[in-house]
Amino acid sequence: MSEDQLARPAATNFLFVGVGGQGILTASDITAEVGLAAGLDAKKSEIHGFSQRGGVVESHVRWGNPVGSPMGEKGAIDYLVSFEILEAARFIEWLKPGGVVVSNTQKLIPMSVSSGGHEYPGDQEIEQSLRSRTDQIVLVEALEIAQRLGNSRLVNTVVLGALSTHLEIEPDAWLEVIVRRVPPRYAELNRKAFWEGRRTLA
Amino acid sequence: MKRLLSGNEAIALGAWEAGVRFASAYAGTPSTEILENLSTYRGMTAEWASNEKVALDTAIGASFAGVRALACMKHVGVNVAADSLMSVSYTGVNSGLVLVSADDPGAWSSQNEQDNRHYARFGKFPCLEPSDSQEAKDFTRYAFELSEEFNTVVMVRSTTRVSHSKSAVEVEMPEPRQVSPPEPPPPFERRPKSFVLIPAHARLLHPVVEERMRSLAEHAETSALNRIEWADRQIGVISGGAAYQYAREVFAGFSLLKLGMSYPLPKQKLRDFSSQVETVVVMEELDPFWEDQMRALGIEVIGKEFFPLTGEFTLERVRSAALQAGLPVEPAVEVPPAVPVGAPPRIPALCPGCPHRSVFYSARKQKLLVSGDIGCYTIGVLPPFEAMDTCIAMGASIGVGHGIHQAGNQERSASVIGDSTFFHTGLPALANSVYNRVPTTTIILDNHTTAMTGGQGNPASGVPAHPEREAKRIDIEAVVRAMGVLAVWKVDAMQVKEVDGAIKAAVAHQDGPAVVIVDGECVMNQGWQRGTVVKVDLEACNGCSLCFRVGCPAVLQSDERDVKTERPKAEIDPLLCTGCEVCLQVCPRSAIYRPEVSLV
Repeated sequence: MSEDQLARPAATNFLFVGVGGQGILTASDITAEVGLAAGLDAKKSEIHGFSQRGGVVESHVRWGNPVGSPMGEKGAIDYLVSFEILEAARFIEWLKPGGVVVSNTQKLIPMSVSSGGHEYPGDQEIEQSLRSRTDQIVLVEALEIAQRLGNSRLVNTVVLGALSTHLEIEPDAWLEVIVRRVPPRYAELNRKAFWEGRRTLA
Repeated sequence: MKRLLSGNEAIALGAWEAGVRFASAYAGTPSTEILENLSTYRGMTAEWASNEKVALDTAIGASFAGVRALACMKHVGVNVAADSLMSVSYTGVNSGLVLVSADDPGAWSSQNEQDNRHYARFGKFPCLEPSDSQEAKDFTRYAFELSEEFNTVVMVRSTTRVSHSKSAVEVEMPEPRQVSPPEPPPPFERRPKSFVLIPAHARLLHPVVEERMRSLAEHAETSALNRIEWADRQIGVISGGAAYQYAREVFAGFSLLKLGMSYPLPKQKLRDFSSQVETVVVMEELDPFWEDQMRALGIEVIGKEFFPLTGEFTLERVRSAALQAGLPVEPAVEVPPAVPVGAPPRIPALCPGCPHRSVFYSARKQKLLVSGDIGCYTIGVLPPFEAMDTCIAMGASIGVGHGIHQAGNQERSASVIGDSTFFHTGLPALANSVYNRVPTTTIILDNHTTAMTGGQGNPASGVPAHPEREAKRIDIEAVVRAMGVLAVWKVDAMQVKEVDGAIKAAVAHQDGPAVVIVDGECVMNQGWQRGTVVKVDLEACNGCSLCFRVGCPAVLQSDERDVKTERPKAEIDPLLCTGCEVCLQVCPRSAIYRPEVSLV
């Protein structure tokens, strides 16, 4: 066993969250592959099953050298990437103090709200919750951008574009993985969506 | 080349690399993707079986006939296959025979958290336990060799975290998608003294099994699967499977013994390792399977008095257990709590357009006592339906309903079971009710697929695992009638009144069992057709809330309230609505309507 394997593996921890059907698992797949392509060890973890239809989806990605656990630790996540704004707040405990939140501003109203009983928290309440953990909050109007580009399924590429600005990996490395995963006729559209996502921070 | 693969993709690849020629599985989370992946490979046969026992039996047959064979299932599926499993341990194999058991610590999508390593000890065969995708591939491939070398079925035990995590795998072979058809197997080698378990043969085979376990235990001592990573000897951690990944982080810098072979244990290696470290820690998910065996060896260990017996391990659970045990691991960074939001839950719901909706709406309305079963429709237990009273295991609904009746219960009751589950283990239970002339009511929800696990084929769907092969669809109504059920209704799932009426009549039927087949395509099926999105006439709606009781994610409360009742009126989410019109049919004021011109 080599020296570096004996050390506590230092990792970059991502947590992708959102609602079933938003393309979260594709985004976490891409992020893990980007890490691997960059010469790092990478793992990703996800849960299927009973939570799939309209339920909360969470997927961990870790980059490191090497990575042990495929899931990060609560309170130690470096990047909380959310596809729905309420879900960012639901998982904020996982973020390390001062970590980065990248969140789509989209709201998906749960059935527990739409058919009675519960309430969807207000914008201020959500912001206060996120701010109690970090000042590094990036809100992306990913759905609007995707729709403007003509396909709401581009949301995850837009979000990944925004996330990529925080990482020292060349945009082309991300685009290579993204483009490899989509049919050729969608390649150009995904490139655009990725750059639009990056621009939100400029 | 390194590729990012899930544990299940890697298991499929490992089996392929081992030259597996036949694989069978019953779909079940977290095991399903193994066979799905194998079905994309050429040069072999991959099948969906009607249940796990059939999957194992067919794999046994293939192994006897001289080809390497694989059976895959979730942990509780092994219970179904256990009858054959316990005996194939005696017969031994011809070509390699491997059973994959995908366990579910945390019960993410299961009815229990059973630890299937016990089966290896119970049934007397080896168990290999990978801890990431690379090992998932390598161990599966090796399992076939082990199977042939020791003439035994081999269990590969995965868990949700291994099966559904992705990690880098060194892929040695080119993408194995195009291979010419394999040669036919050699003629069947007739070995009745091994393969025919009459008592006289079984008695002779039992000592052979015990001898095999002795040699396997010897093999385990030197197997590369059980490896020691020496470091600081103040602590020695014995671990394996997903738990090993947490151990290597939380106990970084200390010595580790990683058990890749969960059973049989390398007793001498365990003794040697333990004698060379100050404190021995056994870190295993779920039961104290290794811990108990270590204690029986007289080795003092720290184990389940600190490390959780229930639920899935996580870094924080393991770290906090280690700290509680007074072990010198690095403490978690103290993080002050964030300001919480009252985040409303996202309760699983039947999809918009789901054909199960009408049944649970009726069951609730008729206040039926419902024996449920396993599938998407178990959501019937949740609000707003709350129309399920029991759910035990695959196929149990019919027998449980039968028992409730035979106990003398007079309530109006029914059993609810899906098409795939009906063919899985519902058939013998229905035969039992017919034979014993008990007036049970069975509602078969036929959506022509195994929906819960993502839409796999089954005998009611007629969809094969290999897209280019053929499969036959079995007519449930014909089966039920042939069994001798005289009272049979077949209704369209989208016709609420018809469904309601058929259930009412079936429950009232007292001369032997009654069956209602509720037929409707799953919205995920190929060929499913979207209807016209419906709308709400807000003037006609008085907020009676009946449409909310169909539990559809597309039926929302609008901001507008009825002046008299002050209750919110309904509105329809046009993006989610599929136009199934179940809500339209339950509206007493015809406030929900289909617009003349399609909005889609």
